[in-house]
Amino acid sequence: MTATIQTLEPIERPPTTMGSRLEGELMEVSMGPQHPSTHGVFRMNVALEGEIVRKLKPVFGYLHRNHEKIGETVSYLGSMPYTDRLDYFCSMTNNWAYALSVEKLAEIEVPERAQYLRVILAELTRLQNHASLLGFLLSDMGAWGTPLMYAFREREKILDLFESLSGSRMMCDYMRFGGCRVDAGPDWMERAKKIVDLFPRFIDEMENLVVGNEIVIARTQNVGKLSAELAINAGITGPMLRACGVNYDVRKVDGYGFYPRFKFRIPLGEHGDTYDRLMMRALEMRESVGILKQALEQVPAGPIMNPKMKIRAFRPPVGEAYGRIEAPKGELGFYLISDGGTNPYRYRVRPPSFINLTVLEDLCLGHTVADVMVILGSVDIVMGEVDR
Amino acid sequence: METLDQIKARAEAAVPGAKIDIVPNPGPAQQLSLLIDNEHALAVARFLRVDPALRLDFCSNVTGVDWLDRTVKKTVKVKKILDGEEKEVDEMTEEKIPGYLEAVYHLYSMTHKQGPVIIRMRTTDRAAGSRLPSLTSIWRSAEFQEREIFDLYGIRFEGHPDLRRILMWDEFVDHPMRKDYREPDDYEYEPTPHDDVLERAKQHYASRPQLDGAEKITDAVKG
Repeated sequence: MTATIQTLEPIERPPTTMGSRLEGELMEVSMGPQHPSTHGVFRMNVALEGEIVRKLKPVFGYLHRNHEKIGETVSYLGSMPYTDRLDYFCSMTNNWAYALSVEKLAEIEVPERAQYLRVILAELTRLQNHASLLGFLLSDMGAWGTPLMYAFREREKILDLFESLSGSRMMCDYMRFGGCRVDAGPDWMERAKKIVDLFPRFIDEMENLVVGNEIVIARTQNVGKLSAELAINAGITGPMLRACGVNYDVRKVDGYGFYPRFKFRIPLGEHGDTYDRLMMRALEMRESVGILKQALEQVPAGPIMNPKMKIRAFRPPVGEAYGRIEAPKGELGFYLISDGGTNPYRYRVRPPSFINLTVLEDLCLGHTVADVMVILGSVDIVMGEVDR
Repeated sequence: METLDQIKARAEAAVPGAKIDIVPNPGPAQQLSLLIDNEHALAVARFLRVDPALRLDFCSNVTGVDWLDRTVKKTVKVKKILDGEEKEVDEMTEEKIPGYLEAVYHLYSMTHKQGPVIIRMRTTDRAAGSRLPSLTSIWRSAEFQEREIFDLYGIRFEGHPDLRRILMWDEFVDHPMRKDYREPDDYEYEPTPHDDVLERAKQHYASRPQLDGAEKITDAVKG
């Protein structure tokens, strides 16, 4: 099936200003931490006038584990498993961001095969993250888990790959400073190639569910419009930013890893509404498949770890560094200050989900409660990253 | 992109009275930063965002750092009289740098795809309630991150629209990320304390006299 994205006419939504019979009385509701749609323990205090949201204050911190303090008390390598638990859907990209920052701090080179493996695993992570997001968003809209199970079916195939490579489905702890922990054999590559070849059929299936579905269109078009200026000013990154039409992808801007070697396009949205954010994920999945095909073909043989890298008692030189990557949720950065010891002096995670929540209130004002869940779903938050 | 020296010169020209220093970064990452004084921080930040050559419209990361009092050893050339002659000798001196809290901003430009330009603001000391100007009015992305620095470090950002705790609960008292933070001694919540934890827990137990007068019996037996 060829994937042609038909341009559909946006449906005119009825105006959302209802005359309130309560005469302006605001009812404060806590869309509380325990809720099937809140993507983890996330709470929103909303002031409602009837069904319309007049004020919205997000409350979080329920999953705060003070990861940054743990980073100061544990060695550099010891923090690597903790980074898995930040955005627990995408442990490979978390690991890569941290490894990248430490490699910047201590000027460590990474061999070619390791760079290719990193790109392959990061793009596989992006695929399974975007697929899960589409599944979760549709469940939030009331699809009762069926699209989520379709997405999880594909996600499990990718997680099987991760498990056979690193020993763990989700908490992979795979990257090291200067390379990767375990090499991928030729049969792993074959399995990965097969999964990547079959993936476009799943994307077509999901697009047919999502793009033409009139419920999705009615519920997501013109809902939660984000303007490009506000997005840039609020530090929004990732698919949420590109849905507003801003062409900023850290893979292209910084060119970290070996991304400049691969040809891929950056999909951009036009309206900045929830429908565009949804479509961003679907389109980015296609681009990721393209990158994966190129990477799996080009991956050379060779070492996966820098031989000059001292693993035990690793002491980077005094200084500081900020390294960032394009994680599936946005720009994930690590800011490390080293005082020459085995532990970092300051270890900071720049969490994309946390910063993307800055505009949640602006997006939801004037919309109904039902739209709030849809908008929140399109922001793509994971509490492990928001709270750290 | 311009070098930091050029940015510093232009910023000092655009904002009269601003004192900007370049903070060296000894490691190989070569990410030097600009230290801005707190009075003119807002004006300098606005210049950085608005200036057409820089257009640093994207504030990527706002970090708080807690620097304790440090002693830095420096070699200084001192004129000394040796063997009846005046000579210049290297002498090791120790300089005590008092501690401070710091807010570090990583700025990028989405328009020109350049960056990072790193700016820092320092408080005078590590006392509770130290104040820094809030740059939320320039970059909205600082809103939650400055709240987090307030929560975890205790720096009050003046001009922040909604400064309250964000990750810890509202009634929490201390600032967890500070270097001298001590975990609370709240062992009441430990279900079955024993050994040294029990000893510390006993300090928090209220005295519970037995209501049936049984302690008088034990005293009578003992006595």
